[in-house]
Amino acid sequence: MRSTKHGLDAVLRARRPRLAAVFGHALWAVSSLLLAVVASGVLLFALGRSPLAFYTDLVAAGIGQSFGLVDSVIRMGPLLLIAAGLAVAFRAGLWNLGADGQFLLAAAIVAGVAPSVQRAIPGLASIAILFLVGVAVGGAWSVLPAFLKSSYGMNEVITSLMMNFIGLGVANLLVKGPFVGPLLVQTNDIPELLPGILESRVHVGVIVAIAAVLVLHLLMSRTAFGVGLDVLGSNPRAAVHLGVDVAKLTMIAFVTSGGLVGLAAAIEILGVWGYMRADWNPGYGLLVIPLVFLARLNILAIVPFAALFGVISVGGQFATRRAGLPNDFSLVLVGLMLLAMLSTQVVAKKVSTASRPRFALPKRSFAATGETDA
Amino acid sequence: MPSESFLIGFVTGVILASVPLLIAAVGETISERSGVLNVGVEGMMLAGAYGGFSAALAFGNPSIGIALGGVAGVVVSLVMVLFCVRLGLDQIVVGIAVTLSMQGTTSLLHGAQYGTSYPRLDAMPTVPIPLLSSLPVLGPSLFTQPVVVYLAVLLIPLTGWILQRTRFGLNIRVAGEKPEALEAAGVNVVDVRTWTVLTCGCLSGIAGAYMSIVAAGTFVPFMTNGMGFIAIVIAMLGSGKPWRVLLAALVFGVAVSGATSLQLLGVVVPLDLVLMMPFVAVMLFLVVLGRRSSLPVALGQPYVRGSR
Amino acid sequence: MARSDGSTEAQPASVEFIRIRKTFPGVVANDDVSIVAYPSEVLCLLGENGAGKSTLMSILSGFYTPDAGVIRVNGADVIIDSPKRARDLGIGMVHQHLSIVPTLTVLENLMVATGKGFRLDVVAAQHRLKQLEQTLGIDIAGDARAETLSLGELQQIEIMKALWRESRVLILDEPTSMLTERGIEELKSVLIQLKSSGLSIIFITHKLHEALAIGDRVAVLKHGRVVGALGPRELRDVPQRELERIVMRMMFPDQSVDPFAMVRQNGPGAAGDATGDAFLQLRDASTSPTRGGCHLKDVSITVGASEVLGIAGIDGNGQRELAEVICGQRATTSGQVLLEGRDITRLRVPERQRLGVRYVTDDRLGEGIIRPFGIGMNLVLKRLGMPPFWRHLITDEAAIDMAANRLIREFDVRTPSARTRVGVLSGGNLQKVILARELSFEPRLIVYNKPTHGLDVMTSIAIRNRILQQAAAGTASIVISTDTAELLQLCSRVAVMRRGTIADVVDVGPNAEERITELILEAGRSRAIN
Repeated sequence: MRSTKHGLDAVLRARRPRLAAVFGHALWAVSSLLLAVVASGVLLFALGRSPLAFYTDLVAAGIGQSFGLVDSVIRMGPLLLIAAGLAVAFRAGLWNLGADGQFLLAAAIVAGVAPSVQRAIPGLASIAILFLVGVAVGGAWSVLPAFLKSSYGMNEVITSLMMNFIGLGVANLLVKGPFVGPLLVQTNDIPELLPGILESRVHVGVIVAIAAVLVLHLLMSRTAFGVGLDVLGSNPRAAVHLGVDVAKLTMIAFVTSGGLVGLAAAIEILGVWGYMRADWNPGYGLLVIPLVFLARLNILAIVPFAALFGVISVGGQFATRRAGLPNDFSLVLVGLMLLAMLSTQVVAKKVSTASRPRFALPKRSFAATGETDA
Repeated sequence: MPSESFLIGFVTGVILASVPLLIAAVGETISERSGVLNVGVEGMMLAGAYGGFSAALAFGNPSIGIALGGVAGVVVSLVMVLFCVRLGLDQIVVGIAVTLSMQGTTSLLHGAQYGTSYPRLDAMPTVPIPLLSSLPVLGPSLFTQPVVVYLAVLLIPLTGWILQRTRFGLNIRVAGEKPEALEAAGVNVVDVRTWTVLTCGCLSGIAGAYMSIVAAGTFVPFMTNGMGFIAIVIAMLGSGKPWRVLLAALVFGVAVSGATSLQLLGVVVPLDLVLMMPFVAVMLFLVVLGRRSSLPVALGQPYVRGSR
Repeated sequence: MARSDGSTEAQPASVEFIRIRKTFPGVVANDDVSIVAYPSEVLCLLGENGAGKSTLMSILSGFYTPDAGVIRVNGADVIIDSPKRARDLGIGMVHQHLSIVPTLTVLENLMVATGKGFRLDVVAAQHRLKQLEQTLGIDIAGDARAETLSLGELQQIEIMKALWRESRVLILDEPTSMLTERGIEELKSVLIQLKSSGLSIIFITHKLHEALAIGDRVAVLKHGRVVGALGPRELRDVPQRELERIVMRMMFPDQSVDPFAMVRQNGPGAAGDATGDAFLQLRDASTSPTRGGCHLKDVSITVGASEVLGIAGIDGNGQRELAEVICGQRATTSGQVLLEGRDITRLRVPERQRLGVRYVTDDRLGEGIIRPFGIGMNLVLKRLGMPPFWRHLITDEAAIDMAANRLIREFDVRTPSARTRVGVLSGGNLQKVILARELSFEPRLIVYNKPTHGLDVMTSIAIRNRILQQAAAGTASIVISTDTAELLQLCSRVAVMRRGTIADVVDVGPNAEERITELILEAGRSRAIN
């Protein structure tokens, strides 16, 4: 019977659960990254560029000289929050693919109302209000897919994707329309941006992002809310059996997800840009998905990976320009990373099942009575 | 009363927008009917758009471009076949990975090859249908199109025939509704799904190639702009009935091409609003009709051999 | 053995099972089984759940291979190692609608397994359909969509599917379990037609009267062995009531060894506990029909405090639906659920849990636990968000650990720690965890669905003792089980479910087991009843 083998596993795992798990996780993440790096390197080579030069440039620009590191840290801010937002949804088993729409719409509205808000209410209070606006917009934009899923079971992949594109459009309309500034391709300048930390260019928004993620981590790992979400994502049928309110949790998870994305937008606008350009779309929503999976949906693990992605993003910008390539190379790297992760996962599964005896039993026999044996 | 030239322009615009949607949606329909939700259509379309465009440029022949666009789509769909159908990994994650990779790759390749030259293709030669091409309005527009458009329209009855009247089509439908029944009948579900996904890739590639070769005359990074996702929705709304797919594709084609038409009419509508229209239309469809669309029962669930 | 028409001409048996033995981990499904089936005859395999009938047929249709013994088809020893091989040998198995695709038409469903070529040869298929319909004496339109057909018609499709290729043997597994009276009559006439064409039919059933009415031969199985057989002459000549008695004696010979006798302790006493107010009452509860399930039709039961009510019956006759209605997972279309006189029909799962209603589900892995979570967390999941494990919604891990360790000790769960992932536990320990969860925090009514199913003897004994203990402490209990002996040990009354209704309620006492078995086998059934 399986009990002995699993008993042994259970014992081993109980003795050093943390260490083994973290090590295994790190190993998997690193090997996926390496695989993706190699694969993209091949692509670079095919394009007649030197992969070595490229990656050296990337690393140098990403973390070298105070410039690169600062930029990477700044870039990490929104990535962190968006990834965290997606992780919340994914853990509940919900596909929030509308993050870009939520992000841009929140950004547009924050950029649009910021000048007026700041004129009316000075100082910290206005910033807090604007952050809330971002959260509210992002959350509101995810209500429709959430509602359709929780009430009608409608596939949220499609509904959130559609809201994504609609959000994009509305954001652009706002930026070019009611919120347009004198330059006509962007909104009015925001008088007060987020202050820097200790006189550096890194704005406090990054601190806010890290703090928010830490709070989220605590929520997910130490509260009933987090447990409920995990139940929903792990086994929706059991959720019903256990008395978990599936509809309510679905809504909360989705709206929280959107809210975090909205916060990321507010921080980005108030911390980095000070305005919103028309037709602007950094595409963080899809970009961040591999990050979320690399972190295995663990909120804390998202932090180092987001930092890594910040480096890749900033360094990649520089390196691609040096190589005479468009900036979208990071998309390639990221997409390949996702595939690499899936591949290494398959290999890992094959390795672990190799020791199990093989016998082909159908899961259900033909018994009309539903019993499996006799 | 809008002028004849306006109407011709309008119909032509609708065709330009609807054809790629139609082709990709048919591909997605075939895939979905067999139980595989292909979220990577957007990526496959881009691959076809870029590959087809490059080929057309290289060979100086747009038809070769279209064909090779299809090949590009097939190559990309191999990833889907390997990870989802053969290895049973999550269809959504793989689809997103494919889309992201292709967005980046095609943009990259375009930048590398044509970043400075931005070449354009000549318009694809059209073939007027005898007699019908003399009709007013529809004659010069609907009935004077490149061959690929006629083939696209023929896809509709062809797909319907295949699904309803051939063994392969029956296998596809059973694979999507009750894979264990197919397996019990001795047919390999994984093989069936492999073929449908490859077909989807081919058709998506052709759709993309049409967009770059015929519609735009050039390749622009990210040019599919969400059309792949709309194709997925059209396939879902079509519920496996090709004529419904055609209808939905036309409706969305009208929505997509509405911008130019409205501008021609002198109505000033912001481009963004118009670009948004197809997606709004989809949401309306889904909210009002979505509950009635019948998706195959086994859609999205990987089939593991031997499980019942 | 003489054939059905009385002649004794040697005719090769179509199928012979010779000393077949098949075991699965922990259970002997077939033990030295020898049975013979002849052409132009119906052989009935009669027995309750766990008798070994379905395993035997799974062996014949190629899904399992026997551990020992020989199968002979048409006189030749064969090894049937795959369903395809079985089909090649002319063995057709009628599935319980597992292979019919609802959205396809009748003809399409039939064409799935059959024929070759790129184009569907609709004409040839229609021809064969007509042929078979003539043989069977039925008439179903080829272009009707399968989902519009009745269960009886679906079954006829399955039969045609099995016969599409030239078959010699047809296996039917509990074919009448979901049929109406009319459907059963139609099936009977179909089988008569098929017999006359030379087919050998093997018919699995738990209904005694059916076996006696349809079978030309009957083999009676119990706990994996053949305990008796009836031949054509007996079936023809001996009156029905006497036959029933003979079969009952085959199943319960006087010197029977009761494996549970040694553990009988703290029994609730045969005096029943119908005294006092009913703790739980179901009044005419009905549920909506679902595909693949059995809906309830006007079910009424009462359970007193401290009483253990048993629910017996063949699997799939509404037991799960009953459990789900009581715990709130399934809504009723009509009828009421009353707890201590209070109408709780409108209350949902969490509210009923708070009132003390618990459900030990039989679907342990599917809905009973959250696999990646630790044992401790699983134990307190039904109190999600509530003190002492959550204060202001914040998880108190120490409190969880403490409670978990206590419960682990109390329920003897074998695990290295309370934090171990519950998914790695063996079946028995898993059940103990689920029990521990449901039985803690002052349960007042507990529904146990197949609590000892698939578990080893020692664990089963421990669980039964726990159930009795709990009842003695004042909890009202309902035990759903297919193991009659278990029900007799635990319960004061046993209700037998049949097709979504309660056939009858038996007080536990002398002859209770036979009475329950009679109800399950539907012995003594006449047209007037049901």
